[in-house]
Amino acid sequence: MKFTLKIWRQKDSRSKGKFETYQIDNIPSDASFLEMLDILNDELIRKGEEPVAFDHDCREGICGMCSLHINGRAHGPDEDVTTCQLFMRKFKDGETIWVEPWRAKGFPVIKDLIVDRSAFDKILQAGGYISVNTGNAPDANAIPIPKDDADVAMDAATCIGCGACVATCKNSSAMLFVAAKVSHLAHLPQGKIEATRRVKAMVDKMEELGFGSCTNTGSCEVECPKNISIAHIAKLNREFLKANLEA
Amino acid sequence: MIKLDSKIPKGPLAEKWTIYKETQKLVAPNNKRKLDIIVVGTGLAGASAAASFGEMGFNVKIFCYQDSPRRAHSIAAQGGINAAKNYQNDGDSIYRLFYDTIKGGDYRSREANVYRLAEVSGNIIDQAVAQGVPFAREYGGYLTNRSFGGVLVSRTFYAKGQTGQQLLLGAYSALNRQIAAGTVKLYHRREMLDLVVVDGKARGIVVRNLVTGEIERYGAHAVVLATGGYGNVYYLSTNAMGSNGSAAWAAYKKGAAFANPAYVQIHPTCIPLHGEFQSKLTLMSESLRNDGRIWVPKKKEDAEAIRKGLKTANDIPDEDRDFYLERRYPAFGNLVPRDVASRAAKERCDAGYGVAPTGLGVFLDFKYAIERLGKKKIEERYGNLFQMYEKITGVDPYNHPMMIYPAVHYTMGGLWVDYELQSTIPGLFVAGEANFSDHGANRLGASALMQGLADGYFVLPYTIQNYLANEIYHPEIDIKTKEFDEAEKNVKDKINKLMSVKGNEPVDHFHRELGKIMWHYVGMSRNREGLEKAISEIRALREEFWKNVRVSGSADNLNPELEKAGRVADFLELGELIATDALHREESCGGHFREEYQTEEGEALRRDDQFMYVAAWEYKGEGQMPELNKEPLKYENIEVKTRSYK
Repeated sequence: MKFTLKIWRQKDSRSKGKFETYQIDNIPSDASFLEMLDILNDELIRKGEEPVAFDHDCREGICGMCSLHINGRAHGPDEDVTTCQLFMRKFKDGETIWVEPWRAKGFPVIKDLIVDRSAFDKILQAGGYISVNTGNAPDANAIPIPKDDADVAMDAATCIGCGACVATCKNSSAMLFVAAKVSHLAHLPQGKIEATRRVKAMVDKMEELGFGSCTNTGSCEVECPKNISIAHIAKLNREFLKANLEA
Repeated sequence: MIKLDSKIPKGPLAEKWTIYKETQKLVAPNNKRKLDIIVVGTGLAGASAAASFGEMGFNVKIFCYQDSPRRAHSIAAQGGINAAKNYQNDGDSIYRLFYDTIKGGDYRSREANVYRLAEVSGNIIDQAVAQGVPFAREYGGYLTNRSFGGVLVSRTFYAKGQTGQQLLLGAYSALNRQIAAGTVKLYHRREMLDLVVVDGKARGIVVRNLVTGEIERYGAHAVVLATGGYGNVYYLSTNAMGSNGSAAWAAYKKGAAFANPAYVQIHPTCIPLHGEFQSKLTLMSESLRNDGRIWVPKKKEDAEAIRKGLKTANDIPDEDRDFYLERRYPAFGNLVPRDVASRAAKERCDAGYGVAPTGLGVFLDFKYAIERLGKKKIEERYGNLFQMYEKITGVDPYNHPMMIYPAVHYTMGGLWVDYELQSTIPGLFVAGEANFSDHGANRLGASALMQGLADGYFVLPYTIQNYLANEIYHPEIDIKTKEFDEAEKNVKDKINKLMSVKGNEPVDHFHRELGKIMWHYVGMSRNREGLEKAISEIRALREEFWKNVRVSGSADNLNPELEKAGRVADFLELGELIATDALHREESCGGHFREEYQTEEGEALRRDDQFMYVAAWEYKGEGQMPELNKEPLKYENIEVKTRSYK
């Protein structure tokens, strides 16, 4: 297959970036999007040009390291996948493909297509945990948990922290990311004890780090590669309300 | 010659760990905050160790090359984690998990370490549940289990096909809590490039800041490597693209012995290779073998027709299907251990019965399970794996069997450690896949997560104190000494050397070539001639690399090509050590299969009288043959038998 690529190039966080155009040919339809970029980079290196920097690691859709806005969509034109699991057969031969980094105030660009997502770590450090020290745990079956609760918790916990929800939101809100963790822990008896403190601390941190507010457009849910439902945002809102009433 | 003292505590097997804990040295709370620990790697072993050290009151610095600790490749483990809980009332016990692990490892691991692993396995599940890890449950609210290869009980806990992800997020949450509390400081996008040894003790590391390109130094009273395995020597593997052996290799060059590098696990159920440009292989969890049946056609003409696309799997009637694992191993069937399943697939494909277009593939069929349990049940158990398979291959596994083939997955070998998980360099501890200790010559499914978390939560927090208790008089480590200067100079020299070759071939070219040599000659089936050839070809490739590699960009900013180049330079040395170890071990055991040593039925033939030892290799300088040190293995609590799954 053959493509025209318009790729965002930016030297570092202080420089201004711009789109560069590349022509690429002989791409197998079985190649993943990142493998297509590997092939492009191989050509660029051989020509003496600097290859395109992009984040990636596991290449099986679970580490959350890969990103990319492709033709205006987070993780590109396929449903429920990360960019590493997007295959070139999803594109038309001869198509022009626009490739950009995540664009959000909370995620500054480091180089080319790589952004800094350490804000996500900071939000979780604010309260995304259950305070239990190693060695303090009772037997795992001491507290039965209804299967339905455990299943909802699992669905929420499936978030890979890639940032697609922020990148796709017109307000650059991190609400789905925060809600996934709040909802995961609030559905479990172990997590209920700190629920109030957790939700306030995490929402405060999210706002402090420059992420916008949620206006319920639902676009995050559409682009989430792990299909995390905005029902978790409703859960977050309930927990947040509860926390404020208790305060 | 290194003195290998395994430091196994005295006393009966079942009491060794208790005796150790009761008699070890402890560090008082007021002294803990004066002691620094460096942890490299944020996977299950690293994150759990660092969080636990922080809770105990030590000062911890943790490093990862990724943008966040949560990306470490433990995240990709799918199927589950073993624990001897006996919740299923199926006769499981600590002894049985110990026995299965020793047998699964083909009698090449250390009894005392493995027993301790089985002993703490239950605590891991307790800890994870307390952290909020959403393991699968029954309607009654209690935890459920499934079975994995090589065992006769159901002791595997799981969270859909994302068990590694959920356990890692649990350890990461504990780590986040300590980062917020100020006991742990996180250094992300940093890659360890050298170990600093002062007066014979590990005292720090030199890292490259992957964003700015700066070379940075960090000191500590002890260093823990939890940097994972070296499977990416083979280029194509189920590892993440960034997984590498450089930290372990730097430690090896500074005097840490490297044990059993030839023990590499080739996982039977991966999506087959489809093209030259391919960058990695994707695993399909072993848990699928609970319900999927593995087969190839009985008739060669059917196999050929499938390869050519003239027939599909569904055209082959049941009586013309060869369920070769069920045929060869009736007792364990599709749930034989990984090494056995991989070799059996290779045997069928080599004989001309392979079904992928390349000839290298077998079927993993869910038709029978769907008939038995219904599609909904299968979807509930494996939904995300089926989805992943369909996304990658474009084939719907509910209606057509999956096609699978073995791929490099895990390395049982690693840095040699004693009972305390301390390497041959005092103060350097090694945890998780990076050490060699528990899996012998073959790891059982769902045991990697168990070992990583056992090391991090329940072993190191004790054993590291026994070492640090003697360090309380040592003030903060000075990073301006000549040892740090030298290590930094080493690192900078290597980077300059890589940047200045300015050859014609990109780094990936060399990595791919190395991978081909390793897969052909040091893969599932090995022999003397091939291994000798591999060694000479690796040497030639290494020479070519240093003459002709092209590393683009510059060293003073973010440069993924430079990162890769450093890793591949190390792989080009590590690959030779793997082949050297494989050549010296003239027997077949676990994942190490030497064609010269097999039974008439083609099963692995161990030679216990000559090879019942750990091979710990000692670095002797560039271009020198490494020296072999042997730690004899003694089995006092288990009868050594020929492994049979028939």
